[in-house]
Amino acid sequence: MTDMQQNVMSDGDVVLRVDHVSKSFRLPTEQATGLKMAFLNWTKGIKGYTEQHVLNDISFEVHRGDFFGIVGRNGSGKSTLLKIISQIYQPEHGSVEVNGKLVPFIELGVGFNPELTGRENVYLNGALLGFSHAQVDAMYDDIVEFAELGDFMDQKLKNYSSGMQVRLAFSVAIKAQGDILVLDEVLAVGDEAFQKKCDQFFKSVKEDPSKTVILVTHSMASMKRYCNKAVLIKEGYVAESGDPKKVADQYSLENAQHNTIFQTQSKQEHKHPTGLNSRVPVLKVLNHGNTIVDGSQDYDFDIEYQFNEQVPAYLGVILQDARRGGQVYDIDSQTNGKGTPIQPGHHTVHFSIPLNLMNNGEYRLFATLRVDDKDDADRIEYVAFTNDDNCAYFAIRNEHNGENGILNDTAMQFSVITA
Amino acid sequence: MGNPLQRLKSKYRYSLVVFKELVKTDFQLRYQGSFLGMAWSVLKPLMLFAVMYVVFVRFLKFSDGTPTFAISLLCGTCLWSFFNEATTTGMRGIVDRGDLMRKVHFPSYIIVASNTMGSMISLGINLVVVICFGFFSHAHYTWRLLLVPLNILQLYLLALGIALLLSTLYVYFRDVAHIWEVLMQAMFYATPIIYPISMVGQRAPEFAWAAKYMMMVPSTQAIMDVRHNLLSPEDIPTVWTFVGSPVLSILPYILTVVILFAGITVFRKHSARFAEVL
Repeated sequence: MTDMQQNVMSDGDVVLRVDHVSKSFRLPTEQATGLKMAFLNWTKGIKGYTEQHVLNDISFEVHRGDFFGIVGRNGSGKSTLLKIISQIYQPEHGSVEVNGKLVPFIELGVGFNPELTGRENVYLNGALLGFSHAQVDAMYDDIVEFAELGDFMDQKLKNYSSGMQVRLAFSVAIKAQGDILVLDEVLAVGDEAFQKKCDQFFKSVKEDPSKTVILVTHSMASMKRYCNKAVLIKEGYVAESGDPKKVADQYSLENAQHNTIFQTQSKQEHKHPTGLNSRVPVLKVLNHGNTIVDGSQDYDFDIEYQFNEQVPAYLGVILQDARRGGQVYDIDSQTNGKGTPIQPGHHTVHFSIPLNLMNNGEYRLFATLRVDDKDDADRIEYVAFTNDDNCAYFAIRNEHNGENGILNDTAMQFSVITA
Repeated sequence: MGNPLQRLKSKYRYSLVVFKELVKTDFQLRYQGSFLGMAWSVLKPLMLFAVMYVVFVRFLKFSDGTPTFAISLLCGTCLWSFFNEATTTGMRGIVDRGDLMRKVHFPSYIIVASNTMGSMISLGINLVVVICFGFFSHAHYTWRLLLVPLNILQLYLLALGIALLLSTLYVYFRDVAHIWEVLMQAMFYATPIIYPISMVGQRAPEFAWAAKYMMMVPSTQAIMDVRHNLLSPEDIPTVWTFVGSPVLSILPYILTVVILFAGITVFRKHSARFAEVL
């Protein structure tokens, strides 16, 4: 909430206010676009759909002159949010308030028809975006020039290469004289020269206090480059909002969690998630939501377990590099390879680990539960481990640190002996 | 922000811009790639007419003996083609333009209106042809010509009302397309186009009572009104001259208004969710 308050403090009036917006979809469980199914479902009293909550209580404000980023993984609900902002979908709860002319580009070249010429398509596309013939006249030359398609405008669109089509569509998008421009995933179009041009355009828009842009993207690089404010949408909630750098950090942590190099994702078909079983129904690393740290302080976390057998048991803990892979530190090094001894029952063990030697990166804490091997007391037997859902993830972000390498320069440095 | 009146104006300005552009595009694309292009708007009804004339008038001897029957058949063909095309393309409009609905926000009734308006343009061209042919086919042009635009407006509003109803249904149930196709075929035969209404009583006296009800179907009434006022007030009956009772005669006009309002109400109620359903 403090982020929201900071937003309000920045100058400029509000051009878009998204206020506690929620949205759920009814997903048909069976294909019910026929009269027969509709009738059968009705007679049987089947609803024929399941409710899926796509957005939950989303609130933010965009001010005039903002370059506002909306980021999130696939399926996080950001496209639905964009459609609600563009008033294609109606929010179920809450409201969206737009001040000014909002020009949405959910997809490039809406209504483009291959049988029409480039010129006719520009006018048709313009009309669908809410521009009259005269208004398109006024920006037509600009569009053609930006697209670098002057010689082709009287050719039918079907004779364009796909790159040319995208260029034309994109030029309409960014030359459209709206107050609020809504763009979805369109930065990676065209050849290198065209991308450079777009980059310049975005930078100029960023400086222009009268233009507002809302950009939906996967790309952290473009978000950090252009945006002055951002929200991260995660599973339909606002996971982070405000400073794009902070949002980007949170996002890369989310990504590390999902694209983790250690693929032990939970399978739901069994009664216990992967890694757990009836002997150890609970084993979980908890970091209490402390996900982004600067590494200057020791990192606190807990391991919760349930193990009721009256035999000596141990906890193994490993700090892993979630992005690059590899074990950073293993508790075995300090416990003769067995792990730290634990009591039977349902308990939580409190741990802490220093991070001051570590570079920036995304890390995860992985735990195992072991007992002595029945045949060989020197060896151990693994009883359970934490899968992706039960591991704890955190990221280190410190401006003194670098990104390359696991250890930072306080931990070690190369010495040049002969130059 | 602006006052409410300004907002209303800008709202309809946008609708009008999109409407114009969609009608223009549809018309441009209609005969895209064909050798004769726009000429097909004239040729198609003429060729259809030729087929019906040969089959029904020459071979089967369907005629009421009046000299205007041939031109009345041509006119009826054009009007029916319009009614058929407008309701069918209007019905499919929302689903066919689903990609637009999912990507830009604009009033969806524009799609239905522009599709039916496309058919209307064809009808306009056809009627010019009908009027030209009328000079050689004993058509009797009177002051009643002035009523024709009103009759055509009624037919258009009827088609629009039905298209709005059907397009809403079609979004949820694709079966509607098949049902409507069969219904249109049935209605075509129930409309006195290829045969004169008087033949119903002559050939099947036991069904003479049905003729009156047939005339009271709004589409039939509108088509007969156009032909009556346009071609020959003497030879072509309307609901007024045929049914006799003024109370019953006004019924199809009321029905038209009811269908139009039902169409608008149902469409408006559901149109906000079209983008999600599609």
